[in-house]
Amino acid sequence: MSKKKEVVAIPESKVQSVLQEIMSGDPVRIALSILLGFFIGAIFMVVFNTQVVNAWSNFGADPGLAFSSVWWTIQDGYGALFTGSIFDTSAGNFLDGLRPLTETLRFAAPLIMAGLGVALTFRVGLFNIGATGQIMIGLAGATFVSTRLHMPAVIHMIVAVIAAVAAAAVWGMIVGILKARTGANEVIVTIMLNYVATALFTFCLRQPGLLLESNGGGTPKSDHPDPTAMLGSLFGTGFNLHYGVFLAVIAVAFYWWLMERSTFGFRFRMVGHNPSAARAAGIKVENTFVWALALSAGFAGLAAANQGLSLDGGLTTSIEAGIGFDAITVALLGGSRAGGVVMAGLLFGAFEAGSASMQVSGVSPEVLGVVKALIVLFIAAPPIIRAIYKLPKPKPKALEPTKQTAKVSK
Amino acid sequence: MSKIEVTPGMFSKVEIKPSLKTTITMAITGLVVLVAFGIFGKSGDVMFVWSDTRESVQLPHWVVNSMAFCTVVGVLLLAMATAAFFYRRANKKSPAWLVIIFGLFAIMALLGWLATGASQGVQMVFILSNTLVFAIPLIFGGMAGIMSERAGVVNIAIEGQLLTGAFVSSVVGTMTHNLYLGMVTAMIAAGVLSMVLASLAIKYLVDQIIIGVLLNVLVIGITNFLHSVWLNNDSSHLNFPGTFDRIAIPLLSDIPVLGQVLFNNRITVYLMFLIVPTLWYVLFKTKLGLRARAVGEHPLAADTVGINVGRTRFWWVTLGGMIAGLGGAALTIGNVGSFGREMSGGQGFIALAVVILGRWQPIYVTLSALLFGFTIVLRVWANQVSPGVPFDIITMVPYLVTLVAVAGFAGRVRAPAADGQPYTKE
Repeated sequence: MSKKKEVVAIPESKVQSVLQEIMSGDPVRIALSILLGFFIGAIFMVVFNTQVVNAWSNFGADPGLAFSSVWWTIQDGYGALFTGSIFDTSAGNFLDGLRPLTETLRFAAPLIMAGLGVALTFRVGLFNIGATGQIMIGLAGATFVSTRLHMPAVIHMIVAVIAAVAAAAVWGMIVGILKARTGANEVIVTIMLNYVATALFTFCLRQPGLLLESNGGGTPKSDHPDPTAMLGSLFGTGFNLHYGVFLAVIAVAFYWWLMERSTFGFRFRMVGHNPSAARAAGIKVENTFVWALALSAGFAGLAAANQGLSLDGGLTTSIEAGIGFDAITVALLGGSRAGGVVMAGLLFGAFEAGSASMQVSGVSPEVLGVVKALIVLFIAAPPIIRAIYKLPKPKPKALEPTKQTAKVSK
Repeated sequence: MSKIEVTPGMFSKVEIKPSLKTTITMAITGLVVLVAFGIFGKSGDVMFVWSDTRESVQLPHWVVNSMAFCTVVGVLLLAMATAAFFYRRANKKSPAWLVIIFGLFAIMALLGWLATGASQGVQMVFILSNTLVFAIPLIFGGMAGIMSERAGVVNIAIEGQLLTGAFVSSVVGTMTHNLYLGMVTAMIAAGVLSMVLASLAIKYLVDQIIIGVLLNVLVIGITNFLHSVWLNNDSSHLNFPGTFDRIAIPLLSDIPVLGQVLFNNRITVYLMFLIVPTLWYVLFKTKLGLRARAVGEHPLAADTVGINVGRTRFWWVTLGGMIAGLGGAALTIGNVGSFGREMSGGQGFIALAVVILGRWQPIYVTLSALLFGFTIVLRVWANQVSPGVPFDIITMVPYLVTLVAVAGFAGRVRAPAADGQPYTKE
C-alpha cells in the first residue's frame, strides 16, 4: 500500500444507502414516525406525572379520575406546545395570537440554515458533525465586525453576515482539505474541530484586543453589537422576529438552486451517488469534498450571523444553543432536500418555541427532546417503523446505485 | 469501489519505513522546552512536592531553579530526539519506551515552567491521581470503542452508553443502597443500548454512524427528561448514591508517590487495571480475539472459514457497551457521587478520538486517555498556579493532537479494514 494509493482511496459512502431510503421515503412513513414519536412522548409525560400516578394508585376508588388524569396531562402538555408555537388562543386579537408562530419562525431560521449545511454534505456522501464548531467560528467573525468595526447601517450588517459566512467557510474548508489530502475521517475531524472552535471562540472572547467587552472582567463575553450591524426587528415591539428569517429564505432558495439546478450541485450529487463513477467521468472528487464542506460551513455561518446579530446584549458561547447538533437531526429528518429541511426546521423551531409555554403550564419541555430523538430515529431506521406498523418492505428499484455499499467489499 | 488492496509483504518491516515525523516532532518539542522554558524561561524557583501529606513515608520537597531545570530537561529531550534519529537511520522505529519517557520529561518541564514561583509548587500526587480519575471514563469508553471497531462496527454511541451508565448506576445505587448493584445494572443498561445499535447496524444494515448519533440524542433526551421531572423532585432518595470507598492495597499503597496514585483508589480504577490487560490478551493472544479481528478486517474471509460474522460483531459490540456502562458508573459512583444533566459532556466523543490516537490497541488507548485526563487536570491546575496562561489554548491541545494523528502526520493510523462496513452474504 503506497502512500499515493491511500490518498486516492475513495471513502465508502455508507451514509448514502440510508439517505437514499430516507429521501425516497414516502410521506406516510414520515407521518407515522412523527405520530409514534409524539405517542411515546405522551407515555413519558404520563408515567412521570405525579398526579397521574396518584390517580392510578387510587384506581379502585375513582377509576374515572385515573383515565381523565391521563387525558388531561397529555392535553396540557401538547396543548401548551400548540399555544406556544402556533397560535395563542388566549391573546386579545388575532394578530397578537399569531405571535407564537413568529417565535417558531425565529427559532426555525437558524436551524434551517445550519440544517441545510449538514444536508449539503449528506448529498455529497459526507457526514459533517461540525456545524457546532463552524457556528462558533462564524460567531467570532460576526462579532468582530459587529463590535470592533464601525460602518453605516445596513452595510455594517451585510459585512458582518459576510464575515460570519467567510470565517465559517474557511473553518469548514480545513475539514475538506484534511479529508482530501490525508483521507482523514470527516466525522472524527469535525468532532475534534468542534472542541477546538469552541475553545478558540472562548479564547477570543477573553482577549481585550479581540472580542472581550470593554471594561470586561474574567468572564468571556463580548460587547453589545453595534445597532448598525443588528438584524432589525420585523414587526416592532412585542414581536421578537427579526430579519434573520430572510437570511433563511435566501439560504433555502440558494440551496435549492445549487443542488437541483446548478452544475456544481450536479457534481456534488454525482460524487455522493458514486465517487468512483464521478471520478471516471472526470470530476475531481477531492476538490468536490473541499468545496462541499466549505459551502456547507457557509450555511452554518449564516446561522451564526442570525444568532450573533440578533441578541440584545453581549455574546457568550451559549448563543450557539445546540443549533449545530440539532442541525444534524434537522437534515436527517428533512431528507437533505430544501423543502424537507424547511419542514423539519419548522417542526424543531416549534418545539423550541413551545418549550417556554410548556414550562409555564407545568409540563417539562424536556419531553420534547425525547420526541425529537424518537422521530428522527424512526425515520433514519426504517426497519423499526416498518416492524411496528407492519409495513411492507419497499421493492428494490431497478436502478439502485448505492446498493453495493451494503455488500461486502472485495 | 476502490478499496485498499492487501498485497503480500504489505505489512513486512522492509516496506514500511519508519516515519521521520516522530523524530521531527520530538526535536521541535525539545527545542521549545530548551529555548522557551529554559533559556528564555521564567526566573525563580520551582518546588516539586512529591508526597501527599497523608503518606507515611514523606519524600523531601525538591526546590530547583526553573530556568536551570528546564534547560537540563531540554538538553535531555534533544538527546532523546537524536537517539530517535539514529533509530530511524538504522531503519527501526523508535521504541515505545523512548517516546513515553520523552513525553514524561516534556510534561515535567511544562509543569515546572507553569509552577515557577507558585507557593504550592507542583503537587505530584494531586496531579497524577486526578489524571487517573478523569481518564477512567475515557479508558472504559475507549475499550468499548476498540471492542466494537475491531469487530467492524463503528460505535459513535459511546457517549450515550456512558450517560446511560452514569444515570442508571446513580439511580439504582441510591434506591437499593448498594453501589455494586448500581454498577452492574449500569453495565446491563448500557449493554442493552449497545444491542439496539448492534442489531440495527448488523441485522438491518442501518448506517452505523447515523444510528450512533441518534442513540446519543435519544439518551440525552431521556436522561434530561427524567432528571428534570423525576430525579430533581426527590434527589435524596433517587440521586444521592455517594461514591465507592477507597480501598488501599496493603504494602503497595505505601510506596512513595505511586502508591497513593495507583493503589489507593476506588474499585472502578482497579477494574480498569484488570480489564485493559485482559482485553489486550484476549484480542491479540486468543482464538476469540483473532476471530473478532478477522471479522473486523475481512468479514468475507472470516465467513468463509466458518465464523459467524453477525453474531461475533453483535457480542463484541454488546460487551463493549457494557464496559462503557462501567465507565459511566465511574463518572457518578466512582467520582462525583450523583448524576448531573448531560454529565458525560462529550467524553464519549473524546473516547472515539482516544481510540484512534491509541491505534485500536488497549494499552496505547489507555495511555492516550491518560493524556486527555492530564489535560483536564492541567486546565484546572494551571489556572491556580499561573493565572496568566491562556487555558483555552491548553484545552485545545489534546484535540489538536488527535487531529494530527487522524491526518496521519504522526505516523500512519490504520483502522480495521472493514470498520463501519455492514456485511451481508451474497
